[in-house]
Parts: sequence; structure tokens; C-alpha cells
Amino acid sequence: MINNTTPLSRSFEIHFRVIGALLMREVITRYGRHNIGFLWLFVEPMMFTLGVTALWTLAGAAHGSSLPIAAFALTGYSSVLLWRNMPGRCSGAIEPNLSLMYHRHVKVIDIFISRILLEVAGTTASFIILGIIFTAVGLIEPPEDILKIMLAWFMLSWFGAALALLVGGLSERTEIIEKLWHPTSYLLFPLSGAAFMVNWLPVTAQKFILYLPMVHGVELLREGYFGSLVHAHYDMAYMATANLCLMLLGLSQVRVVSRTVTPE
Amino acid sequence: MIQLTNVVKRYPIRGGQATILDHINLQIASGEKVGILGRNGAGKSTLIRLISGAERPTSGTIIRDMSVSWPLAFGGAFQGSLTGLDNLRFICRIYGTSTEDKIPFVQEFSELGKYLSEPVKTYSSGMRARLAFAISMVVEFDCFLIDEIIAVGDARFHEKCQYELFEKRKDRAMIVVSHDPGFIREHCQHASVLVKGKLTSFNDMDEAFAYYNAHSMEIA
Repeated sequence: MINNTTPLSRSFEIHFRVIGALLMREVITRYGRHNIGFLWLFVEPMMFTLGVTALWTLAGAAHGSSLPIAAFALTGYSSVLLWRNMPGRCSGAIEPNLSLMYHRHVKVIDIFISRILLEVAGTTASFIILGIIFTAVGLIEPPEDILKIMLAWFMLSWFGAALALLVGGLSERTEIIEKLWHPTSYLLFPLSGAAFMVNWLPVTAQKFILYLPMVHGVELLREGYFGSLVHAHYDMAYMATANLCLMLLGLSQVRVVSRTVTPE
Repeated sequence: MIQLTNVVKRYPIRGGQATILDHINLQIASGEKVGILGRNGAGKSTLIRLISGAERPTSGTIIRDMSVSWPLAFGGAFQGSLTGLDNLRFICRIYGTSTEDKIPFVQEFSELGKYLSEPVKTYSSGMRARLAFAISMVVEFDCFLIDEIIAVGDARFHEKCQYELFEKRKDRAMIVVSHDPGFIREHCQHASVLVKGKLTSFNDMDEAFAYYNAHSMEIA
């Protein structure tokens, strides 16, 4: 194996540089310099959330509760975007960047991290901007507990990033993963807690649905938003453990892939 | 110094593994110019990629005690959807050097004019090679890895490349990969020959060429 005598601080410096360069490269190829350019980064998820909010509002109080529906849709769908888009963007992420891997500083993990950062930034900006707009026009009330929202958002981002590393790493080893991820993410959406509160479910179903880590995050997000209006079910220790396991699995796959990757 | 010790590279192929490089040993001192001869498919580009660090060996060690360039070749090292200028910016960013002051040189040297602002995938192979060479002269290295890149372009461009690389940077180490003995003889002090995954080094150029010619019909 290659002798690694580079000091850690120097390694970090190189990683930061490379991730910065990759971020610029992603922004340019994904959004270009035409029309609104990189603003698409958060306009795109905003359009999704707006559409879903409009649909759910039109469909009426189909969720069978007295919760304000716009706030319910904003918290629910934004969290879906958070854990669904990161793995989607990391799946097959190496191939379009293979030629850049001629430069030894560009590592597999840098490509994944840059895509994850971009996705988190876009979804977070969309969530905040829509929250401010909705509150300003009086569509929703301001949230009850911002700190809880921040913690929930962080946990959901961590979950999405860990899943992204796993899906991204595995997708380089076999193309089946890319094909499986689409139906999986589609089927997970109705189960993710975006469109319901765990408390509305029968007790037996609650037990099973709480095996899904992101449900805990969405519940905490809703508690932070609606406070005493909802009875949330979550266990952050469980979610953190699940995230940690996913992340270790993901990193191990990234490591396997980075040993075998061949520049174009 | 660059030191390769017992470097092996295998690739998975249908029904097993292909050994491309089989216990390679090579040492390059600072300022030394080494040519590596081998016919098409002998594993020259793989060897260069391993030395550059873009790929990892299956086993063996590679020690790099000086800064080493990426493999200067026709293809690779560029992202096709990015423009020539954005590729220049990307490379300057990852190697930690300033960009804007490099643009005039790249513009002049590559002779790409307004095409510098077009995506690289729309370039012809000649345009790509000019851009590749111009950008690779922007970042300074102690050792340049040259994978046949000079063999492209018209005579005038050829001359410019010769001057930039072999005149202005003649104090640097270079590893030149080629199947053209004439080119190696002109620019290198020693030569090694890659046959069937084995690398044999010669101090004397004529011996290297004799060995290369004797084995040039053997399949890698």
C-alpha cells in the first residue's frame, strides 16, 4: 500500500480545497450560469414543497386532525427532501467525475461530501425561506421551539448523509442499487412520517413504524413546530445509533470503492 | 525521489484477474529523466497512474518524496461538461494556486480563443490536447508524468511544448511513457522496458532499445 506520511492538518487542508472545488464544479454543471443559475439550488426543492403544500391544502383536512395543514406539509415534505435527495444525488456520483480522479487529491469521499453538502444547503435554504414566507403572509404560525427544530433537522440531515454514503458506495459496486433505490425511496415516503403523526396510528403499527429512523426525526421536528398541539413519539438515542451504524456501513463501502476506482 | 517497490496491479476481468503489472521496481531521483517503453496495452498508462497516485496498487509500495504531476495525457483530467476555463479554475483550486493570473498564459498557449468558454466535450482531440498541455504548465511540479501527450498537434505546437517542458523545465524529473523509441532517446537519460507486466531497467539506451525490439512482438 501507499505510505501515508502526510500530516493530518495538511490532509484536512487538501480535503477542504478539493471539496470547495468540487462544489463549484457541481454548481456550474447542474445549474449553469443561465437564467437564475445557482438559485435553482433552493428554488427547486421550494417548488416541490409548495406543490405538495398546495395539494394537501386543496385535499382538505384529509389527515384527520386539527393541525394547520400548511405547516404540516412544510415540515413533512421538507424532511422527505432531506433524506431522499442526498442518496439520490450520491448514487452513480463517481462516473461523471471519473476523469477528475486523475488528480490524486480528488477522492471518492470528496465527491460524495460535496454532493451531500450541496443537497443539505439547498433543502435547508428552501425550508427556511418557505417558513419565513409562510409566516410572513400569515399562512402558518411561528414555530414553538426553534432549538428542537434545529436538532431534528440536524438528525435528519445526518440520517440522509449516512444513507447517501451507503447508497453511493454500493451503487459503484453494483448497478442494481441504483435501480433499487428509486422504488425504495418511493415506498419509504408514505412510511416516513411526513404525512402522518405516529400518535394517529394504532399502537401495534406505532411499534413497527418507529423502526424507521427518519420517523423519529420528523416527530421531533413536528414537536418543535407545534409544541403542545401534538403528542410526538421519538427516541433520539435510537435514531443516533441507527445513523451511526448507517454511517459506518456507508464509510466502509466508500473505502472499498476508493481502493478499486479506476480513472477514466 | 520516487520509489516503487514490488508494485503489483491486477484488474478483475471476466472469469478471474488480469495481472497488468507484476512486481515492478523503479526509482527516480530528483531531476532524473526516465523513459518507459512498451507496446500498446503493455500497462504503461496504468504504471503512470499508479505513480501519480490516481490509482492504488494491488500490493507493493510507492513512496513519493517530491511533488508529482497528474498523468499528462490526451484524455482524462478534465470534466467534459465544464468549459476550458472552468476546468482551469478547478485544477488551480485543487492544487491550491491562484487562477486569474494564469488565464492569459492558457489563452495564449492553447490558442483556443473564444472556445475556452465552451464545454470541453465539444472540443476536437487536438483542441483538447492543447488545453491539457497549457493547463498542465500552470501548476509547478518536481516531477512530470508524460503519457504520450507530446505526440499530438502540428509541428508548431509540438515545438512550443518542447520548449515549455524540456527547455524551461529541464531541471525537473520526468517519467516519459511512449512506444516511440526516438522520442525517449531524445529526452531521457535511462529507459525501462515493460513487457508482459515485468519492468526491466537499463542504464544504456541502446541496450534498452535492443531489448524492446527483441520483445516488441510479445503480447502483454
